[in-house]
Amino acid sequence: MTFVADNPLATPLTRHLPLAAGLLLAFVAVPAFASDYVIEAILLPFLALSLAGLGLNLLTGYTGQVSLGSAAFMAVGAFAAFNLEHRIDWLPLPVSILLAGLTAAAVGLVFGLPSLRLRGFYLAVSTLAAQFFVQWALTKFGWFSNYSASGIISAPSLHVFGISLDGTAGRYLFALSTTALITLFVHRLVISPIGANLIAVRDNETAARVIGVPVLRTKLAVFALSSAIIGIAGAIWAFAYLRTVEPAGFNLDRSFQILFIVIIGGLATVRGAFLGAALIVIFPLLLSRFTGLAFDGVADAGVLKLIERIFFGAVIIAFLIAEPNGLSAILSRITRRFTR
Amino acid sequence: MDWFAFLFFIEVTIGGLLSGVMYALVAIGFVLIYKTSGVLNFAQGAMVLFAALTFVSLTEQGLPFLAALAITAAVMALLGLTIERAVLRPLANRSPMTLFMATLGLAYVIEGAAQLIWGTAVHRLDLGISNEPFILGGIFISTFDLIAALIAGVMVAALTAFFRFTRTGLAFRAVADDQFAALAVGLRLDRIWAAVWTAAGVVALVAGLLWGARLGVQFALSLVVLKALPVLVLGGFDSVLGAIVAGLLIGATEKLAEVYIGPVFGGGIEGWFAYAVALIVLLVRPTGLFGQKLVERY
Repeated sequence: MTFVADNPLATPLTRHLPLAAGLLLAFVAVPAFASDYVIEAILLPFLALSLAGLGLNLLTGYTGQVSLGSAAFMAVGAFAAFNLEHRIDWLPLPVSILLAGLTAAAVGLVFGLPSLRLRGFYLAVSTLAAQFFVQWALTKFGWFSNYSASGIISAPSLHVFGISLDGTAGRYLFALSTTALITLFVHRLVISPIGANLIAVRDNETAARVIGVPVLRTKLAVFALSSAIIGIAGAIWAFAYLRTVEPAGFNLDRSFQILFIVIIGGLATVRGAFLGAALIVIFPLLLSRFTGLAFDGVADAGVLKLIERIFFGAVIIAFLIAEPNGLSAILSRITRRFTR
Repeated sequence: MDWFAFLFFIEVTIGGLLSGVMYALVAIGFVLIYKTSGVLNFAQGAMVLFAALTFVSLTEQGLPFLAALAITAAVMALLGLTIERAVLRPLANRSPMTLFMATLGLAYVIEGAAQLIWGTAVHRLDLGISNEPFILGGIFISTFDLIAALIAGVMVAALTAFFRFTRTGLAFRAVADDQFAALAVGLRLDRIWAAVWTAAGVVALVAGLLWGARLGVQFALSLVVLKALPVLVLGGFDSVLGAIVAGLLIGATEKLAEVYIGPVFGGGIEGWFAYAVALIVLLVRPTGLFGQKLVERY
């Protein structure tokens, strides 16, 4: 949980100081000083994946419904945003992003229906249906990709209130503000009574029903909300990071990647998604840099991909065994040691 | 429907049933592990890939068929033992979902390792089974699929007999029934799990050989897990019989849908159709066709 420590001496000011400093750094210092490479290769994918992880964490971490179809909802968000921008040109960007989220929510609601009857593994496997169906529909029906021959479409130019966001810094600020707003919303949600409802559903459905939690409605609502957030993350992934929209990028591996982010970062924590995404984004870069130095370019890209695969698999197992609460719990221990 | 259309229908159905047996073959590996340890082993597909790659690489080194088979079986047994020691034992008594996610990680490790050791090239695997179809009353039937189905049938019969008539099989069933009670009467849980994972490794080897001969031995083999999952969901995770029946059902409906409904959508529906069938059945029977009632108690 992300409750702020009950320290009577902590005033709102000192409590929120680190957060304020972090936001200042992210909004002002990064665009001013960070190189284009850092933003393009690290920060943009980091923000999109963090947001997707946050969405999945609501569903899996807080409510206990494991989903293996996250990438499908990213794809729905990305394609919905593309079609809204493309077909209704007067629509402001924030509105199309919001509507894309709503579209993903509607699709999520449909694929969340099995959760009313199924639990555990049966549900996890049935979420794979979303993964395969959405990917198939997006490649099969040309309308979604505006009849582009290759199925790959470039993202439209981004502008809000007449200001162009097509530059690196602009796209970064767009991704950052969206992520920050949604993170704030999720944070408020999980510390509210609704958040307690989610955890009640996860921990014991019957008990939750006994104390008056509307279990079925809660499950469906979380499926919709989580899909909406993941969908918006997909739109950011396609518009701000890749600048292209293609179904192949939202495959099963992406779904697993998002699940890994949540497990590594820490289930049922808000910051876990960010910590997990940071590791997932940075490790491959470090690996290629390191092997580049050590073997002087002998190791080819294919071998690196395999090493990366083995590493992430091993890291998942290691975390599940040694620290099931993820990087978030490790961070808590470190900060506690320093503040004491 | 005229006579030829009817024959074609029968042919498609038989082809579907036979490929359904191939799905069931992979699904049985899952059932073995789920029955005895309550783990949905996502790494089963990776084990299929690992077994097939090891076997085919050994034969390419010039080893005779039987020697390669024996060595690969030994390697799979070793893999099973390692998994028990390194992954399952430290995770004993944790929630089934945690174990499932661990097997996801395991799948990544095994897939990566298999290709790192043996390379990512596509290997051709020839088991010496003829690929010529034979004609029975005007219907084309694939010899290979038929023999594969026979092998699968023999394996299921052997497994069923093993579970029913041997002491080890009895121990397996005891563990599947109630782990604590099994421990209390002195069964060695760690040994049983190691044995089960070894058995699942051998099932993976058989599945890997048959699928490998069909598709070529390559990364795509580990994706047969995605074909087996709807079969499992439909049949119930803990039923060998369910895996077979559901495999047949899904194989046949999938092929029929591909031929008769697919063209309406412009084809390519086999990727999700099996899941749709499984979901519809599950909405009526949430534990699958043959699954135990109350899979998770609340």
